[in-house]
Amino acid sequence: MMNAASADNSQRFQNKVITDELAGSITRVEELAYILQIEDVMTKNVKTLNPNQTMLDLMETMKEYRVSGVPIVNGSPNHLVGLVSTEDLIKCLAKDDANAPISDYMATELLTVNTYDFLTEALKTFARSKVGRLPVVDKDGKLAGILTKGDITNGLLRALEKEYQEEEVRRYRASHLFEDIESDRSSLILRYNIAHYDFTNGGKASSNIKRALLRLGANAQLARRVGIAIYEAEMNLIIHTTNGGSIHVEIEPTQISVYVWDNGPGIKDVELALQPGYSTATEEIRELGFGAGMGLVNISRCVDEMDLQSEWGTGTHLTLRIYLKGEDVVGEGYQNR
Amino acid sequence: MNVNELIEITEGKLLTETVDCSKTIKGGCGADLMSDVLASIQPDAVLLTGLCNPQVVRTSQMSDVAAIVFVRGKSPAEETIRLANEECIPLISSPFGMFELSGRLFQAGLPSFERPINEN
Repeated sequence: MMNAASADNSQRFQNKVITDELAGSITRVEELAYILQIEDVMTKNVKTLNPNQTMLDLMETMKEYRVSGVPIVNGSPNHLVGLVSTEDLIKCLAKDDANAPISDYMATELLTVNTYDFLTEALKTFARSKVGRLPVVDKDGKLAGILTKGDITNGLLRALEKEYQEEEVRRYRASHLFEDIESDRSSLILRYNIAHYDFTNGGKASSNIKRALLRLGANAQLARRVGIAIYEAEMNLIIHTTNGGSIHVEIEPTQISVYVWDNGPGIKDVELALQPGYSTATEEIRELGFGAGMGLVNISRCVDEMDLQSEWGTGTHLTLRIYLKGEDVVGEGYQNR
Repeated sequence: MNVNELIEITEGKLLTETVDCSKTIKGGCGADLMSDVLASIQPDAVLLTGLCNPQVVRTSQMSDVAAIVFVRGKSPAEETIRLANEECIPLISSPFGMFELSGRLFQAGLPSFERPINEN
């Protein structure tokens, strides 16, 4: 019997972003064992028997429900008193004692796990005890379900599939983007319009660009460099322009070019603006955490080439270039993690 | 140091939901100006800050910050928490100030990821 993952479970994974660090399914499974709770993966609505029923009843139940172990409960609601397995049944049949009550053969010293435990608890218990199944009890000590290693495997696979597959497929497809498209020079252009003083969305464009680069197969360090450079430029548009501006990112397999435009007011003294710590930001902007005077310095540190053209009253053009060498190449199916 | 240990040392309260508490934290950085954070571009740092707006999360996402600790018991706006959940960055609120937090974490063996401005 397999349960569909519960509704709150799917919600829990909905907002997960698969970062580079999370890639690699083995470690991800280990992580999931600390995220998933036993109730997310256990088999619920388990068939139970009571201790006064006979071993014959047990045999019928095992046959009918195709299970190899049945929890024994006493009274209502579901107070767990024992567990019988195929092994106990064989012992009983060997003695030709099928009419004996289940209480004669059931195991009563039980290892149990809690609904709210993380999977890792159950994995430890399985490893320690070599039992095949664990009864699961809720916070009141009542039987809530049963857990086998198979349930854990299924649960992990479902969770992995849910949060992983989509992103992996996207990333795989994107990472081969340029491979199958033949031209003398292919590039992918991303365009973003940035509104003046829109702090609510500040960083959204750079966030999307960073994600796009990761999907294209960029390594974490490259994505970070480009992300930081564009984030600083994006915040500059939000803070310092009259009408906002635009960011175009042109991605080619071996280079990334970033063009940041605005139509004013422009920078009065470009050389001064490039000095570390120089800022024209107002007190209000500083209270928001910006205006350290490090923006352009940070940008130039993250890119291979930076060109800043500005005229007071006209506007500013910032051009950035990042060259991708060897394993940094994006969109051509290189596996570079 | 992992996120659990970080919470313990800072005597902090976790504000976000989806957290991988085994995530390793390799260094620290304390800043209220976001460009100072971006200047320390080594990944997996904890950021100590008094700034509570969503830009803290954006900045952290850009520079692969592992966790954010708000100083002096500050708690960020709903929007900041929402964004942090989305980007899977743990937010922690600690009763201590930036000075004491830096001391505690440094003493626990966490190196500084801050760099002088003229160093490339």
